[in-house]
Amino acid sequence: MSKHLISHLFQSVLTLWAAFTIAFVLLQALPGDAVLIKFLASDFGLTPEQITELQQTYGVNLPLWQKYFHELGAIFTGNLGFSVQAGLPVSQVIATNLPPTLLLASLGFTAAIVLALSVAFLSAFTCFSWLRQALHALPSLFVSVPVFWLGIVLIQIVSFQLGLIPVINPGHWEGLILPTIALAIPISAPIAQILIRNIEATLLLPHVAVARAKGASHVWVLWHHVARNAVLPTLTMAGLLFGELLAGAVVTETVFGLSGLGSLTQQAVNNQDTAVLKAIVIISAAIFITINLIVDLLYPILDPRLRVAQEARP
Amino acid sequence: MSPTRHTHSHPTQAATISVSANEHLPHKAIHTVHFWLGKRLSTLRQWPISLLLSWLVIAVVISWAFIPGLFTAYDPLTGIGKFKLQPPSWVHLLGTDALGRDVYARIVYGASHSLSGAFVAVGLGLTVGTLLGLFAGSAGRKTDTFIMRLVDVILSIPSLLLSLSIIVILGFGTVTAAIAVGAASIASFARLSRSEVLRVRNTDYVEAAFGSGGTFLNVLWRHVLPNALTSVIALAALQFGTAILALSTLGFLGYGAPPPTPEWGLLIAEGRNYLARAWWLTTAPGIVVIMVVISANRISHALSERRS
Amino acid sequence: MTDAAKLPVLDIKGLTIGYREKDNLTRVVHDVSFHINAGEVVALVGESGSGKTTTAQTIIGLLADNGQLEHGSVILNRTDISLWSQKQLASIRGAVVSLVPQDPGSSLNPVQTIGTQVSEIFRIHNRGSRQIIKAEVLALLERVGLSQPELRYNQYPHELSGGMRQRVLIAMAIALKPLLIIADEPTSALDVTVQRHILDLIDDLRKEVGTSILLVTHDLGVAADRADRIVVMRNGQIVEQGLTENILKSPASEYTHQLLTDAPSLTSDKKRISLSKQQPTHPAIDIVTVKNLSHTFPSHGAAQPFRAVDDISFSVRKGTTHAIVGESGSGKTTTLRAILGFLKPSQGDILIRGTNLSTLKGEELRQQRRHIQLVYQNPYSSLDPKQIIFRAIEEPLLNFTLFNTQERADRVYNMLQRVGLSPSTAERLPRALSGGQRQRVAIARALILEPDILVLDEAVSALDVTVQAQILELLGKLQQAYGLTYIFVSHDLAVVRQIADTVSVMHHGRQVEIGRVEDIFTNPQTDYTRELINAIPGKRRFNSVQDNFIAA
Repeated sequence: MSKHLISHLFQSVLTLWAAFTIAFVLLQALPGDAVLIKFLASDFGLTPEQITELQQTYGVNLPLWQKYFHELGAIFTGNLGFSVQAGLPVSQVIATNLPPTLLLASLGFTAAIVLALSVAFLSAFTCFSWLRQALHALPSLFVSVPVFWLGIVLIQIVSFQLGLIPVINPGHWEGLILPTIALAIPISAPIAQILIRNIEATLLLPHVAVARAKGASHVWVLWHHVARNAVLPTLTMAGLLFGELLAGAVVTETVFGLSGLGSLTQQAVNNQDTAVLKAIVIISAAIFITINLIVDLLYPILDPRLRVAQEARP
Repeated sequence: MSPTRHTHSHPTQAATISVSANEHLPHKAIHTVHFWLGKRLSTLRQWPISLLLSWLVIAVVISWAFIPGLFTAYDPLTGIGKFKLQPPSWVHLLGTDALGRDVYARIVYGASHSLSGAFVAVGLGLTVGTLLGLFAGSAGRKTDTFIMRLVDVILSIPSLLLSLSIIVILGFGTVTAAIAVGAASIASFARLSRSEVLRVRNTDYVEAAFGSGGTFLNVLWRHVLPNALTSVIALAALQFGTAILALSTLGFLGYGAPPPTPEWGLLIAEGRNYLARAWWLTTAPGIVVIMVVISANRISHALSERRS
Repeated sequence: MTDAAKLPVLDIKGLTIGYREKDNLTRVVHDVSFHINAGEVVALVGESGSGKTTTAQTIIGLLADNGQLEHGSVILNRTDISLWSQKQLASIRGAVVSLVPQDPGSSLNPVQTIGTQVSEIFRIHNRGSRQIIKAEVLALLERVGLSQPELRYNQYPHELSGGMRQRVLIAMAIALKPLLIIADEPTSALDVTVQRHILDLIDDLRKEVGTSILLVTHDLGVAADRADRIVVMRNGQIVEQGLTENILKSPASEYTHQLLTDAPSLTSDKKRISLSKQQPTHPAIDIVTVKNLSHTFPSHGAAQPFRAVDDISFSVRKGTTHAIVGESGSGKTTTLRAILGFLKPSQGDILIRGTNLSTLKGEELRQQRRHIQLVYQNPYSSLDPKQIIFRAIEEPLLNFTLFNTQERADRVYNMLQRVGLSPSTAERLPRALSGGQRQRVAIARALILEPDILVLDEAVSALDVTVQAQILELLGKLQQAYGLTYIFVSHDLAVVRQIADTVSVMHHGRQVEIGRVEDIFTNPQTDYTRELINAIPGKRRFNSVQDNFIAA
């Protein structure tokens, strides 16, 4: 088991390193120079000597391969580089912006799961075929809605038409309600789709017929023989969904004027602040990889079929 | 309507089959065409309404892109100041914006930007991704592992961040946004086409094809490609919708075409400033985007159903 | 005997069932009536599409959602349950009528332990506390012949073999001592030797508990062995019903008669399909020779690599049929793949038409395929779903660039005719054909290159008996016409007896016996072969009928 853990850990680290390399290669190909963009602006009026000096402090002119190893080594000490735009270390910028985004993302994720589970299981429970069909159509509608548009429409209806939540200076939690909904609805769609498909496929399996032949009611069957079997495979989506969630946060934060990783990303793109963008890419890859690692390790505990296969491995 | 549907379709099919059965060798081609036509027409009648509507939506939007002048008489770029922010009416179907431009005209003319962007994006992802997947699926174990590991790494980066990183390098604009969205979809195309190739490669009929003396290229061309491609095409349809969504997001964030281009995402962004006074500015383009994306998804679903 | 025993446990009257699909209703069961008395075994026999499974599902109230009971009544223990709600039905399922399903592999919930799943039936029907239930479950597991019930209790389904899983499912079915057990093809997914043990177990339990059994099966041999009465169904209708003995001796309908002649297990030695013997004997050439063949698969899990085939030797005379018989895991598939050159064996030599396969590579191996062709077990997966039949049959000719377009077309249509398919089949896709038609296509495709050797991998085991008999007959005719040599891989000794001249019996990768078919059947040398022969259903038919007379 511990060998299994170590090999998984090793693979995760390898993937992370590859993600870093890709981010480095991608963002180092940048022709513009963030330092120059900021400091050559007319209102700065620095001399060329001063600009060269600045470039050297930021390590802009190092050869590419040196820079690569320099940055790779720096990551292990928690040093993610320097944000030219904010004039602060990237780690510090991230540290202030990560918590609100994580809060929004986890609220959105929870809401999405609740929404997806209710849609999927309601459609399995209901005996009205029109309701089932409507519920089945819901995810494909949800997945097609642009997050930013949903946010705007929510503001329009809830804040302007109904006047329920003020647009300017809502309370902390009150201000999170609409962003959470806007984020949750599109994210819930793929979960609900997979759940519905899995539930329907599981209901057709012979072991469900056997359970019904034992005299189990529909509710009993859904709870004991369908729920776990159908929910298990959706776990593998968790990592991918997180990526969607983060992307959703970029947009949601922009629409609702919230500060966080999302608005930071937007600023970084606008100002070509590559150090910040690189850090965000690496952090999101790291979270993705961690979630997948946890799922991989959790899966055999939840699915007995995989336990044996692993124990047998030398 | 529904009972007649069956009585119409079956006799045509049955008749054509029996004709081709009676005189199979001479005139075979003609009967095959008849058979084919009859089959197509009858399958069209059996299509669900939602699928027909989806194709209709896509057809209308494509016509918008090619011949916008046919659908609206207004100019999408210049408006008349005194008619600004008018609500929907018979004169302006979807109202006007802050500069007095007709919103419907802007949506119609915007179709070419959004659609061409989506086509470029899907084309890029489809060609590069599928070739990569095909190569990985039919090459040796080491090449396969290497390519798929790389694909996994790319998939670990959220696609929007990947697109943004590419935009930072290439700069803002319609084409760069399309490339950024397409590049971000390469990994999923590669993954799907590889798994499809592996699935088909493991089927009995592929082994049977080798067993009857087929060479590698023969079998790849006759069996692996046709059977693997259906799912890939279904994914392409799905990605078309996703690309429209992603492009409108990039447009909304201001990384796509610059104003006053009537790109759909940009239209919504511009309408944001008039939320309280002009709901139609944001609502209308948003609903168009949703309809196109839903249609693309529905078509993709129908395509992937045909596989089984 | 009491009054209750005289009344039938189950009485079905005029049952008519259809499936709704969009707007039209397809009727699959027409006006079916039969009854089952207390303690009786009634077999519902029919081929695929006969409506036997739908009938059985209706009795236990498990008809698919789009299934519709149009009219008729299902009287179970003097109560008509045909109009009951699902809730009412749930109260009798498991308690009054229970089910032994077809496929033990997928009929247990993979994420629950055996104990949980057997206990479930007690918990659903509120029978006793946790401790009492556990004790009962352990006793049940022991009763159905599972060793170490305590261990099994905490195991998951994937840790058990197919036969053990079927025992668990039987334990569930008898747990509450129901009046009626519906056994839906209870053994068709199991190996022959396991089959017999499971059927014996069901028989014993029936005698012990006094339950009635509805045995749904496609295998007339099984029905002959186990049933008191037989109900024969075809196309949703009952063709005939009566005492097993009467049906077997003097079937009233043409169809039953056909079934009886086609069922390999009920056919005596005399009816041999292979015509190779009557042919002028070929000069005795060994066209295929396998010498000391061994193959080892590297295994990732276990410490030792897996030896699938262990030192096998045999040779096949030109124009004869050699059968390789064995249960799953016996190594017969590995042997076959090695002969076809799909797999390079770890050791040993294979000579085909005098050429050693191990010396061939690439293009030479491809050329070799002109002489040896394969027909797969599953006609549904061996044809490309996107290729019309014409292209499928033509393809081998294209591979070797033989003939021009017109000549190829002529040959394809000629071959279609030879395998008994109409020319119109050529333009169709595989999905428009039945299983038997597809297998004919597969044979046509294999023969278009005019090979010397045809390898048949369980080529008839996925087919209904009547279709199976037709295909076997076709193979016999083709063998005579072309002087073909067959290598026939099968688990079904009854079929082997009909078609083969010589046979290798394989068990756990070893060849336990080889010889002429008559010798092996009349004088088996090993216990395993004897067990295989005894497992052929249909042998005990007269004995069992007599047993029941004595019991009554």
